[in-house]
Amino acid sequence: MASIKNKEVLFNPISRDNPVLVQILGICSTLAVTAKLEPAIVMGISVTVVLAFSNVIISMMRKTIPATIRIIVQLVVVAALVIIVQQFLIAFDYNVSKQLSVFIGLIITNCILMGRLEAFALSNKPWPSFLDGVGNGLGYTIILAAVAFVRELLGSGTLLGYSVIPQCAYDAGYMNNGLMILPPMALIVVACIIWIHRSRNKDLQEKN
Amino acid sequence: MNKNSNTYQILYSAIMVVVVGAVLAFVYMALRPQQQRNIANDKRQQILSAVHITAPSDDEVEQTYNKYIVSDFVIDHNGNVTDSARNAAFGIDMKANVKLAAGKRQLPVFKCRLDDGSVKYIIPVYGAGLWGAIWGYVAVDADGDTVYGAYFSHEGETPGLGAEIAKEPFQKQFEGKELYKGGQFKSIGVMKAGQKPTNGEDCVDAISGGTITSRGVESMLKGCMGAYDAFFKRLQSENE
Repeated sequence: MASIKNKEVLFNPISRDNPVLVQILGICSTLAVTAKLEPAIVMGISVTVVLAFSNVIISMMRKTIPATIRIIVQLVVVAALVIIVQQFLIAFDYNVSKQLSVFIGLIITNCILMGRLEAFALSNKPWPSFLDGVGNGLGYTIILAAVAFVRELLGSGTLLGYSVIPQCAYDAGYMNNGLMILPPMALIVVACIIWIHRSRNKDLQEKN
Repeated sequence: MNKNSNTYQILYSAIMVVVVGAVLAFVYMALRPQQQRNIANDKRQQILSAVHITAPSDDEVEQTYNKYIVSDFVIDHNGNVTDSARNAAFGIDMKANVKLAAGKRQLPVFKCRLDDGSVKYIIPVYGAGLWGAIWGYVAVDADGDTVYGAYFSHEGETPGLGAEIAKEPFQKQFEGKELYKGGQFKSIGVMKAGQKPTNGEDCVDAISGGTITSRGVESMLKGCMGAYDAFFKRLQSENE
């Protein structure tokens, strides 16, 4: 159950094979929901849940799915899971569900999902597929949280809604950087993270 | 069985859709009561926002609402109370209601008593923005003329432009504005800075780049608040 191969399946996507940093998938939501830490974390968890379960379900169905309609089958499974997640959010975390609004629905179109279903779940057993889903989901969540951490700290001076920059800093002339809250800064922060990541993983650097 | 035969594919999709449909229906039914509670609490918090009250936590919204909103009632366009049962006004669906002819509308009023003992009347408003519905709650002083506070929200206005109506800087402008000039209902204009109102009404600055939404707010205020004319006039005469 926890062979070396399974460990790789779980942990590789968190850094070495990170869906956002290396495969550059799921960028759109990374830009959209990272102005604040809380929605970013909820979004990350939602994607992880949807990804893990859709991987398992597709993997269990993989021998019965007709190849010609497999994309439709994948979409139906993903869409159903997303709606379930959305309904749970409305019931148990209404404010966050209001903030995330359309982005939860847009998990359906998140490239990471279809990518993992096609590349992994269709040709692997349920347990490794589950680990693959969790690993990729966590890899995505970590990047989302890291970007949101920087943006909320510098943009609003708060973390998870609590102010962390002391009042005396503002009195001394410190100001929140409003630019941080705007979407372009998400791109730049992601780019910085990719830069750091590649400088530490030399084998990822392209040779010209 | 041949996985690529038409029969197999059609059967496969049919069964899949039925199973998924059943699961979704079950989840929806199971979570419905909790969701409705959240939606009602959200509405309560929106009403309280018009008088600048925020519940200390999500669990205390209902308590806070019951503490400050001392009564709510429904009136007709002549200003007569038609239903004064608790939560009669709360249950009114504004979306359906604003479509009715002026004389047939049910007009909800929320009476609020603040900590300092002053009484405010909170009026719900509902209208159209650029992409979808906009709505809000306007708190009017007991003199039936001065706006005490306003809260607006929207379904999907453009972030950074029309969506700014849901933010404090826009809403704060309404405080202290007067609905009546010389005994006539004039509403409040939402205009480009520097523009002069044509009827001498009070006005606030519109949002640059959010022209349609700003106009929507203006006509929403005019249409919805105007229906309370008789009610406001009665308040004004009581205070003279």
